[in-house]
Amino acid sequence: MTLPKDKTEYRGVWVFLEARRGRLRDVSRQLLGVARGLAQTRGSDVSGVLPSWNVEPLAREAIEFGADRVYLVEDPRLETYTSRPYAKVMATLIGKHKPEIVLFGASKNGRDLGGRLHAMIETGLAADCVKLEIDADGNLDMIRPSFGGKSLAHILCKQHRPQMASARPNVFPIPPRDPARKGEVVREPVEITDADLDAKVVSFEERRGHKGNPIEDAKILVAGGFGLRDPKNFRLLEDLAKELGGAVAASRKAVDAGWVPKDYQVGQTGRTVRPRVYIAVGISGAVQHLAGMQESEKIVAINLDHNAPMFEICDYGLVGDLFQVVPEMTRQLAERKARRPVPVAAR
Amino acid sequence: MAPGPRSIVCIKQVPKAQELQVDPVTNTLKRVGVPSEINPPDRNALEMALQVKDQFGGEVFVLTMGPPVFTSALEEALAMGCDRAFLLTDRILGGSDTVPTAHSLSETIHKIGGYQLIFCGEETTDASTGHVGPGIAGHLDCAQITYCSEVQFLGNRVRGKRSVEDGFETWECPLPCVITANFLSNRPRPPSLSGKIRVKRGGLITTWSCADVGIDPGKVGIRNSPTIVAKVDTVVLPDRKAKIFRGEPKAAVTALLDAMAADGVLSR
Repeated sequence: MTLPKDKTEYRGVWVFLEARRGRLRDVSRQLLGVARGLAQTRGSDVSGVLPSWNVEPLAREAIEFGADRVYLVEDPRLETYTSRPYAKVMATLIGKHKPEIVLFGASKNGRDLGGRLHAMIETGLAADCVKLEIDADGNLDMIRPSFGGKSLAHILCKQHRPQMASARPNVFPIPPRDPARKGEVVREPVEITDADLDAKVVSFEERRGHKGNPIEDAKILVAGGFGLRDPKNFRLLEDLAKELGGAVAASRKAVDAGWVPKDYQVGQTGRTVRPRVYIAVGISGAVQHLAGMQESEKIVAINLDHNAPMFEICDYGLVGDLFQVVPEMTRQLAERKARRPVPVAAR
Repeated sequence: MAPGPRSIVCIKQVPKAQELQVDPVTNTLKRVGVPSEINPPDRNALEMALQVKDQFGGEVFVLTMGPPVFTSALEEALAMGCDRAFLLTDRILGGSDTVPTAHSLSETIHKIGGYQLIFCGEETTDASTGHVGPGIAGHLDCAQITYCSEVQFLGNRVRGKRSVEDGFETWECPLPCVITANFLSNRPRPPSLSGKIRVKRGGLITTWSCADVGIDPGKVGIRNSPTIVAKVDTVVLPDRKAKIFRGEPKAAVTALLDAMAADGVLSR
C-alpha cells in the first residue's frame, strides 16, 4: 500500500485507542492529553481510532478526555486484539483521512500493531517515546531513551507521513476528564473478511502471583537478592510489597538459583524498571543490576554489608539484618496505616 | 506425521551494553572498539527455534544483516545447533532504520524460501524498538505472534503463548508465521563442542549482497529510511544523597520510614 507523498495533504493528530476487556487502556487516555498539546501547536485537531466491538461508551469517554472525533470501527471480529485485522483498520483509515501524526501506547499490542503497520504503509515509527514535541520546522520530535537509558535520542521523520510514535505507558499524565466536552463519533465501516482473521486467540490466562502487575508497570518494587538465602524467604518481600501496594522483583543471582521465575529479574540481562520506589533487599548492587534499576525515582537499600555498592547509589540506606528489618518495616507500615487520621474531607 | 518446519531465525549483533560509555567530549556513545555479542533476546529466539527442531524435527536457519564482522554471531548460532547461516551484507544497507531493515530481511527470507516459521527476538538491546519482527510479518503479509514464551508446532499451524501486561494469551496461527520470542522466556543453550567443530569445517555460511537477493537499492539504506536520529542527549543520573540508618532494627526502621514520610515518598 502506498500513501501519497505530498506532506501538505496530511493533517490532524490521531491516537490509537486500545480497548482491553471493556476499558480504555490508561496509556490511551494519557495519549489523548499529549495529542491535544500537539494539535494545538499544529493548529489541527485530535481524532481517536477505536476498533473493537460494543465499545461506543469508550468512544464518548475518549471525547471527554480530549478527542474531537472518534472513528469507531465495530465488528464482533475485532473484539479481541489480533494483528492483521487491526493493522488493516489502521492502514485503511490512514489512507482515507491522512493524519499527520499517529500515536500508539507502547503496550504489547500497541507495539505489535505499530511494527506491522509501519512496514505496510512504509513510514517512520519511533518506539517507546517519553517526550513528544513539535520542533521549529513543524515536525514531530520523538524523544526516547536509548542505550539502556544512558541517553535520550531525538527521532525525526521529515519526509514521510504520517509520523508515528509509540509512547511509554505512565510517563504522561492522564488529562482531566470533562463530561461536557463535545465531539463526534464517526462510524467507519472497514470490511473484515475471513482472510483477515489468521490469528485466533484460543485462551487467556490471567497472570498469577503479581496479578496484572508485572514488574515494569509496578510503582513500588521490593527486590530480593542472594542475601535472602532461601526461596521461601521471598514471602517476607511479598508481605512488604503487599503493604506498599507494590510487586516483588529479584536480582539475577536469585533467579539463577531458581528461587523465582525469570520474569522477576531486574538488570542487564533482565528487565529495566523505573518505579517510584525501588527497595533493594540483600542485593549488593553489581553494575549489571544497577543498569536495570538506577532510573528509579527513589532507591532504598537494605543490606547487612555496609560496603555494598547499592549504598552508594541509594536515597535511603539501612544497614542491618534483612530478616529483622523487612518484617519490622511491614509491621510498622501497617501500624502507620491504621493510625493515619481520617482525611478532613471524609469526616 | 508431517515433517518438521523450516525455521529462519533473524539475529543481530549488538554492542555489549555494559561496556558502552559516553564520550565526555562529543557527548555521543563510544561504539568503536566496544565488544559485541548476539542481541540477548535473539538468543531466546534461537533457543525457541532449536527446541521446535528438537521436538518436531525440521531445520533451523539463522539470518543476519550487517557488516562482515557479524559472521561471529552466525558462527555462534551455528555452534548452538543451527543448520545453515545467511549473511546479508552490503554497504548500501548502512544506516537503515526499521522500515528498510524489515524490507531487506523479508526479501532475503523470501529468497531462502521454503520456510514455515520465522523467529526474532522481541527487541534489540541497542535500538529497543521491537518493530522489525512485526515489520517482517507486514512485508511478507503473513501471521505474527509477538512476545511469545512458548511455541507448539501443530503441522499446518503454530500455537504460541503470548505474554501481555495482564497475563498470557494463547494464539493459533496458520503458517508461515513470524514469532518474536519474549526476552528471558527460556535458557539459551551454550554453543556445543561438536557445533564449534562443524563451524570450523566451514561451508555453512552463505553471504549475499543486495544484488544477489534482488533488493532494490532505492528501498534501503540511510537515504530510504523514514526516520533519522537528529541528536542524542546524555542523561545525567541524579546525584542521590543517601541517608543511611543503622543500629537497633526497630529504631532504625522507624527512622527510615520517618525520613521517607517526611520526603513525601510514602504518602503519594
